[in-house]
Amino acid sequence: MKSQRFRGVTRRTLLGMGSVTAFVAALPSQVWALATRPAPAFGATDVDTVFSVLGSTPKHSDGIVFSVPDIAENGAVVPVKIEIDDTVLPGVSKLYVLVEKNPNPLAAVFGVPENTRPYVETRVKVAQTCQLYAVAEADGQLFMVSRETKVTLGGCGG
Amino acid sequence: MASRIRIRAQLKGDECEVKALMRHPMETGLRKDQLGDPIPARFIEEVTVSHNGSTVLAAFWGAAVSANPFLGTRLQGGPVGDTVNVSWRDNLGETGEGETKIR
Repeated sequence: MKSQRFRGVTRRTLLGMGSVTAFVAALPSQVWALATRPAPAFGATDVDTVFSVLGSTPKHSDGIVFSVPDIAENGAVVPVKIEIDDTVLPGVSKLYVLVEKNPNPLAAVFGVPENTRPYVETRVKVAQTCQLYAVAEADGQLFMVSRETKVTLGGCGG
Repeated sequence: MASRIRIRAQLKGDECEVKALMRHPMETGLRKDQLGDPIPARFIEEVTVSHNGSTVLAAFWGAAVSANPFLGTRLQGGPVGDTVNVSWRDNLGETGEGETKIR
């Protein structure tokens, strides 16, 4: 009888522990995710303000491969691609795309969990010829590369 | 709503290439219509890509992403037949969703 009760209690305790473990195990997948939209960074009207909202001015890194067209015939649709060479820059958790002379430079933020390759492609609007920045956040530090895109809408060339 | 996102998920080696095309005007709120009245902002704020139900990419966008946005990314592995889901929500609370199988 006594051992029966003992076993019963152990089973309860184990069940309880199991659910706690499951809860804790579920947490890490939430940690990397951007919980909310970084509204102040999106509201900033120049690149320096975006960087100060994000924390610091990023350092240059060769680990970021940023592909943008040298000349964009239509500034409304400019394809951009960010790829991270993780042998140079490991542990990237966020990617940012900035367009210098847009009314709000920050165009997009991507939260990249561990099981996803730090690789994104999208298309952005570029108001006029200017620098485009790809910023990567790894271990709380910011890195970037910039490329210039000439916008030739209007037909006369940049 | 499902028809509003076109998705392709293709296994290439050990990576799965995901491409999604959403239908959305992506209005910045800065443009004016023919009468000179401002066109209200309407753009996708949040995009989530999930693989078999768990989030594999979370994106937050501003109005500077082009109309009918394209999103491409790469997931690690994923056998053929797994489900890839893309969903978005815009600043007016409208949502869209699309789903496909890896092939």
